[in-house]
Order: sequence, then structure tokens, then C-alpha cells
Amino acid sequence: MNRKNRIHLDNHSERSVVQPPRWAEQLLIRITAPYIRDEVLGDLYELFQKRVHRYGVRTAQLLYVLEMLFMLHPRLWRRKPEASFKPRYSKFNDFSTISIFHPAMIRNYLKLAFRNLAKHKGYSAINIAGLAVGMAVAMLIGIWIQDEVSANKHHKNYETLYEVRLNQTFDGKRGTQSALPFPTGEELRSKFPDFKAVATYQRSDGNRSLMVGDQKFIKNGIFIGEDAIDMFSLNILNGDKNPFKEPYSIVLTDETAQAIFGNQDPIGKIIRLEDKADLKVTAVVAKQPKNATLQFEYLLPWHLMENMYDWVKKAKIDWRNNDFGLYVQLKDGVDPAQTNAKIKDVVLNHQADDANIRNLVKPELFLHPMSKWRLYSEFTEGQNTGGFIKYVRLFGIFGLFILVIACINFMNLSTARSEKRAKEVGVRKAVGSGREQLIGQFLSESTLIAGLALVLALVIVMASLPYFNRLTEKAMSIEFGNPVYWGVILLFTAFTGLLAGSYPAFYLSSFNPVRILKGGIHVGKNATLPRKILVVVQFTFSVVLMIGTIIIYQQIQHGKNRPLGFTKQGLISVNSSTDLLEHFDALKGELLATGAVMSICKTNAPPTQWWSSNSGWKWKGAGPADESVIFTTIATSYDYAKTMGIRLKEGRDFSRDFATDSTGVILNEAAVKRMGLKHPVGEIIKWANRNWTVVGVIPNIVLEWSPYRDVAPMTVIFAENWVNFIDLRLNPALSPSVAIQKIRPIFDKYNPAYPFDYKFADTEYAKKFSYEELIGNLSALVCMLAIFISCLGLFGLASFMAEQRVKEIGVRKVLGASVVSVWGLLSKDFVSLVLIACIVASPLAWYVMQEWLESYTYKISIQADVFVIVFVLALLITLLTVSYQALKAALVNPVKSLRSD
Amino acid sequence: MKGTQLGEFEEIILLTVALLYDDAYGVAVLEELSSRLERPISLGMVHRTLQRLEEKKLLHSRFSEPIAERGGRSKRLFTITLAGDHALQQARRIRNELWDGIPKTAFDHLT
Repeated sequence: MNRKNRIHLDNHSERSVVQPPRWAEQLLIRITAPYIRDEVLGDLYELFQKRVHRYGVRTAQLLYVLEMLFMLHPRLWRRKPEASFKPRYSKFNDFSTISIFHPAMIRNYLKLAFRNLAKHKGYSAINIAGLAVGMAVAMLIGIWIQDEVSANKHHKNYETLYEVRLNQTFDGKRGTQSALPFPTGEELRSKFPDFKAVATYQRSDGNRSLMVGDQKFIKNGIFIGEDAIDMFSLNILNGDKNPFKEPYSIVLTDETAQAIFGNQDPIGKIIRLEDKADLKVTAVVAKQPKNATLQFEYLLPWHLMENMYDWVKKAKIDWRNNDFGLYVQLKDGVDPAQTNAKIKDVVLNHQADDANIRNLVKPELFLHPMSKWRLYSEFTEGQNTGGFIKYVRLFGIFGLFILVIACINFMNLSTARSEKRAKEVGVRKAVGSGREQLIGQFLSESTLIAGLALVLALVIVMASLPYFNRLTEKAMSIEFGNPVYWGVILLFTAFTGLLAGSYPAFYLSSFNPVRILKGGIHVGKNATLPRKILVVVQFTFSVVLMIGTIIIYQQIQHGKNRPLGFTKQGLISVNSSTDLLEHFDALKGELLATGAVMSICKTNAPPTQWWSSNSGWKWKGAGPADESVIFTTIATSYDYAKTMGIRLKEGRDFSRDFATDSTGVILNEAAVKRMGLKHPVGEIIKWANRNWTVVGVIPNIVLEWSPYRDVAPMTVIFAENWVNFIDLRLNPALSPSVAIQKIRPIFDKYNPAYPFDYKFADTEYAKKFSYEELIGNLSALVCMLAIFISCLGLFGLASFMAEQRVKEIGVRKVLGASVVSVWGLLSKDFVSLVLIACIVASPLAWYVMQEWLESYTYKISIQADVFVIVFVLALLITLLTVSYQALKAALVNPVKSLRSD
Repeated sequence: MKGTQLGEFEEIILLTVALLYDDAYGVAVLEELSSRLERPISLGMVHRTLQRLEEKKLLHSRFSEPIAERGGRSKRLFTITLAGDHALQQARRIRNELWDGIPKTAFDHLT
């Protein structure tokens, strides 16, 4: 070291002397072993100086480089610790000067590591498999999170795009909606310079019939403002870059174009929309990625919507009809907070003459940035309170758990095994191996295992990704081309390897060789205590996951089994059309005549949803504030309750037998309660300048979007001209497929422009659980894998412990211990650890799941039996895992195990 | 044992070290050899051989003080060990015996 310092000093004082090429010198410094570096460099330097005198600088430099090249020989950089240096000379060879990162050393480590792996195949397999599964799960979750987080980022204007939302207070509750009055868009565009682009869009269901010749398709698309093409940087593959010049145009995605026109060029082709208008295909755009918020199969220009529908024309100047969505793009550099402040009162100002709206409803516009569309879509009391992000976080934690469990396994097994290698450590130390070398050895061994696990994990991830995609309904892939991704994976692997290797590396290498070799090791409690703690931690995670999974499952079942108040089986709904409505009576007659349909009605929403809500109802005893109470509104025709299979609480269904039913209304129990009506039937209530007579009361039927929410007050009004769906109750005596076959020709007859498109209410209802199902499935998967990995570790540990105590067991057996008692002896330790884990896990799991359940109104309460079941399960699994090894050890003939002594 | 055999180049190097006595180090050996042999020799070759000889315990080395002319680096000065001396003596003996054993007429037949 001293010498090195002096080199620098001397170099400074000799600036004037010609120096040999620096790079060659550096290279030499790098490749030569420290103990010969000085002489080599010194010799070369000396030669160089002599040659400068003799042949001139250039030749000397050339010769220097040549000499350097001749130096590139293994003998000059190889630090052979064992083979060539025989132990008796070892005092002359100071190993501590050899860098443990030297290639030769690392090669040696790896060789030893491989030999060790091959020697203990069982341990190695358990170790690698456990870690690989853990890493694979963590990677899958990582990919999933990446997919969620990167949603919408493909839009070029990601930073400046916003959706305009509206906060309003009804009945004391501040709610947030994306439905706005039609004129908002134009107002923002014309009066505020902040906006670069504004696009109103249609929020309701976009399933429409598209006809080409006699081919009929039902496809989902949206009417959207012309600015949207640029705002969302839609990738126009073919056709007009400005496709919405004419209102009678349609933009297809490549997928839709393929489905309708096959391989023909779709540009310029004519598509008939809803049998009302002929549209020209003006452009084909790339389909949006699956994680994008804006999804469509085709786009229609906003002006077409105004042309086609009378109600839209009316809405154009109506500030009270909240029915339209609005996307905006801010100009670069505009602060959204300032824009928020400016546009806040736009809606209010246009209704300021209404005292109720001014004082109670208080509509307030604000911007919801695109970066929050997917993961932060929930609002409570007008404030953004997150949303799907909670699941992303939850699974991030799950992934971390799994990884920690896998790492713990890895550490436990490595340390357990490395104790067996204490003798090896002792011998190596005795022959002069330094501590650094041992640390290097253990670390490179664990890193090698981690590396092998990484390879296996990648294989697992690739193999399971299609299944995982199906499970999560995504189209994720591993971005092999992304260096960041690789960087993270490699860093993570190195981290795992180093973490797992750290204990044996630093602990075992600290042993005194004399002690090890003299009396073996007495690692004792010091070493097993951390291992026990780790096992407890591991099982705590597993138990928490198990409890969590069961509670999630119970909650989903709870929702599925919730009494709906109507019969979803055998109920189908059909999107109605003008043709169907015009011939409704004839259609109804023919359908009933087939015997396949028991009852039929018209509604304004599919039977498992509500699409409309209204305020402004007045009833006896209602104050002015009550006008802001929102009632869910179902518009329907005769036989609503009969078709839905609702058992009325009071009164009756709408019926032709009562002429007055054309102004009839049916309330649900929540509405009756809210209105405070003692005897609701016969009561007259007012809405939209009309008197409505309450004819019946139905229970709180669950039509909410989330089946876990409370049912809102509802009015079912008789309004035959305000319907888009036809609901049918099929004859339960016939199988659904037979019934459908019977009614299909009748629909085809009366509805020539549309394919017969029907939906079963029970399947539609089941779709409401997709989020929870996803979470349930994912957590079940994670949970099973966590248990699997933990058990793998336990299995390895048990076999290690059984092996360690082989002699003790032999002696016990010779002295008359039974197989059962030996089995108990070995299992006891693990059982007690798992029991401790259960006790630690319970409050943790209870707290976490209580938090999770908080977001549901209709929820289960956590039952004690869940914990009991999980404890029993955990113990059973533990016993099963450990028993194999314990019994194996107990059944060994003591003659065998004791013979060697 | 393989270690006791002396290669030709090893022998020459060993002899050179002995010749240079107290100033035998890489460059000195190289220059001495270059002036006597008629083949190009690289410093690397010299170093490798010196090192090998030391591993065989035929040479012993020590470091000199750092020297300015060498860019502040020290020389590794080699001296021959007892074993080295033995090996040289043995090589010489074998050669001498061989020389002595050659019948005089053996060279006469050459043309």
C-alpha cells in the first residue's frame, strides 16, 4: 500500500519525463496480481525509458505495448490459492492480498458451489424450487402492477388529458359523477382559453346494430367529439387523418374492420347504423390496448348524434339533463388547479335562478386527470378516495410477502445446511483460507442458487403468463426488450442471493478453526433461534393470507347469495329497437302464444341495473330540501313485477285492467321509508308537473352496480315511451335453449335490422363480481403458493433436523422409544412454531380484513370459525409436511445410525 | 518430481541470475540475455520464468526500495537458492557426463 502511494508522488514530480502509454499501464494494473504488479510495471517503465533513449519515443511506445501484450499470460495474473501453492509454503503466500473478486477466485467459487449443489440434490432442489416459485409470483404480480400503473400511458397527451366531473349534493350526500349537461363542452371551449381540445362523449351503453348488406352485427361504439382523434392520439392505420369532417361517417378499429369486411379495404364502404342512417367508413384506427380506459369497437362523430336523436337536440340547451361525458385537453403549461377554480361554477351559473340548486345541490365542476382514471376512480363526499389502487397495493404487499417467505426459506435452508459445512470451513481456514475467501465462497454459492432460481422463475412466468392473462383478463407480456426490467430482475436476484448468503457467510466464516476441528460445532441455541423466528414470520404471512383468502371468498359468496328481491333465473332481456316497439303488442301476443314466454315487459334498463335517477319528487309532508332527494328511476310498462319475478309487499303490479295506471308509480321500501309514507298505496305524489298514484310497493330489489351497496330509494314509473329494453320471463318448464329457439324467429320477424341479441339476467348479474372474483382468485393463488413455499422450507428444515439428530434418535430407540414418540419429538418443535405464528397472525389478519371489508356496505362480519379452520389447516399441513421426515427418521434401524461409533 | 527438472530456458535464466549476482531483476536479466542470445525475448517470458523458478524454490526474491527511474517502483531482486545452485550443478554434471561420454569419433563422421 505504501508503495502505491509513493508511485503517485513520484509521478507528480516527474511530469517532464516521457511516460509510457497510460492505457497500457492501466490495463496492466488491472490484470496483474498485486504482488507482482510493482516489479512488472517497474521493469516495463525502466525498459521504456531506456528505449526512448535508444529508439525514440514512438518505437518505445510501440515496444511497450508489445511487451504488455506478452504479459497477458495467466501466470502473471492467476492467483492459484491451492493447486500450485502447496500448504508447506503457505506462509510465503499471503492470501489476504488476493482479491475475492478476482476472476480466478470466482471461477473457483462457482466450481465449488456447483459441486455442493450436486452433492445435496434434495436441498438444492427445494431451495431452488422454493425461491423460483416465490420469484415467479413476485414477477407476475410485478407485471400485473406494471400493467395497471401504465394504463393509458400510451396516449401521447397523457399529461394534459382530463375528464370533467361534477360534484353535487343530494339529500345531504356529496356525490361525484361524470355525467354533465350537454352544453358544458361548448361553454368550456368557447369561454376558457385554457383548453386545447374538448370532446363530449356518450356515456350510456353503446351496443348498436351495424348492417352491411344483409349482414347484421351488434358492436359497441361511442359517439365522441371530433377532437378526440387528436386528443387521444388515435393511431389512424388507413383512411382520412381527419375522419369526422362529415357527420355521416364512422371510424372502425382494425379488429372491427376485420370482423365486418374481412380482408377487403373498408375505406369508403357504407354501414347502416341502427337501420336509421348510412355511414361511410372514413378511417381505420388501431384497437386500444386492453388496459386503456377509452374502449370502443367503432367511433361515431358527435354531430351525428345530434342529427339522429331528437332527445339529444333537446338536451343541447338543457343545463339540467346530466347525461354526457366530457374529455378535455389543457394547453401545455396550464395549471389544472387554476383551471379547476375557473370552471368550478359553470354549471351552477346556468341554474343560479333555482334556489335549491344554488343552496343545496351546489354543482361544481372539476378536472379528473387521466393519470387517475384507472386506479383512482372512487369518490367519497366529493373527494378522490382511491379506487383500484387499493388492490394494486394489496397485491404489491402479497408479492412482497411471497418473496419474503421464499427468501426466508432460502436463508433457513442455507444456514441449516451450512452448519453441516462447518467442518469444511474449519479445514479451509486451517490450510490458510482467509475469511474473505470464505465469505466470497458462501455469497457466490447463494448467488448462484438465486441465479438458477431466476432462470427457473422466468420459465415459470413464461409458462403461466397465458393462464395468468386469462385469469386477470389482460394481455400482459414480459418486456424482454426493456433494459430497466432486466436491471430490476438482476438487481433483485443479486439482492436475494446476497441476503440469503449473508448469514452463512458472516456467521460461519467467523468460526475459530481450532474449535471446529477439535470438538465439532456447538451451534446450539444461538443459531436456531433466528431460524425459529424466521419460520414463525413465514407462517404468520401464510396464515394471514389463508385467513384473507377465506374471508374474501366468504364476502363474494355473501354478495352472490344476497336476496335480490327478484328472480334472476329464466329472465332475459333484449335491446329493443323502433321496429320492436312499434309492433310490441303483436310481438307480445306471438311470444306468449309460443308457450316459451310467461310474461313480458318493457323497461329503460337491463333487469340487473338501473340507468336513470331523478330528483324533484314531491310528496305529502315533503319540504323544499326533499326535492333534492335522488330516486333511482325505472320506466316500465305493464307486468313489470310479474316479469321480474318480484313479490310485491303491498298493492299490485301495473295492469291493463286499471286505466289510471298510465300515471301509476311503484315504490320500493327504501323510497317509502324516505318519503315517510304510512299507507303508501293510493297516495298521490308529484313529479315533472304530473300527479302519480302509488299502486304498489316492492321490496328493495338489488339493481345497484355494486351488489354490496345499499339499495337506493326507487320509483318504478309507468312510461311506455321511455324504454329501450324488453324483458322476458321464460317458461321454466322448457330448457332455456329450447325457449330461445322458439322465440328467435319471432324477434327476427319483427326486428329485421338487428340480430337477435339477448342476455340472461343471471349471467349479467354474475358479471358484477368480476373484480371480487379476480381478487379472490388471485389471493387464493398467492395463498396456495405461499403455503407451498413455506411447506417446502419446512420440509427441508425437518429433514435437516432429523438428519442432525439421527444418533440421538438411534439411542432413544435402543433405549425403547416408540416410533410415535420419536415422531412426536420431531414434530413438536414445528407444531409449536406454527401455533405461535397462528397467534401472531390472528390480530393482523383480523385488522387487515376488517379494513378491506370497510369498503362494502353489504358485508359479512368476520367469524371466529374462520380462524379455527385456518389454524387446524395450518397445523395439519405442518404435520403432513414434517411427518414424512419425522417418520422416516423414526423408522430407521438404530443399528444403522449408530454403527459408525 | 516434475519440479526438479530444468527446462532449457529456465536453465539459462537461472544461470543469468547467478551471473548478475546481486542485481538480477527483470530488465537486467532481459538485457543480459538479449546481448547473448540471438532470439527475441519478451519481458513477459522472463517474468514468467522467474516466477516459475521461484515457485520451484530455485530462486529467492526480495524487493528493493522504490526507484525514481522506475517510476517510483521497486525492483524484485532475485538470488539463487541452495536448491537452485543444486539444480544448476546437477544440470552441469549431467552435461559434463554426457560430454565426457561422447566418443571422439562421433564428431568425425559429420560432414
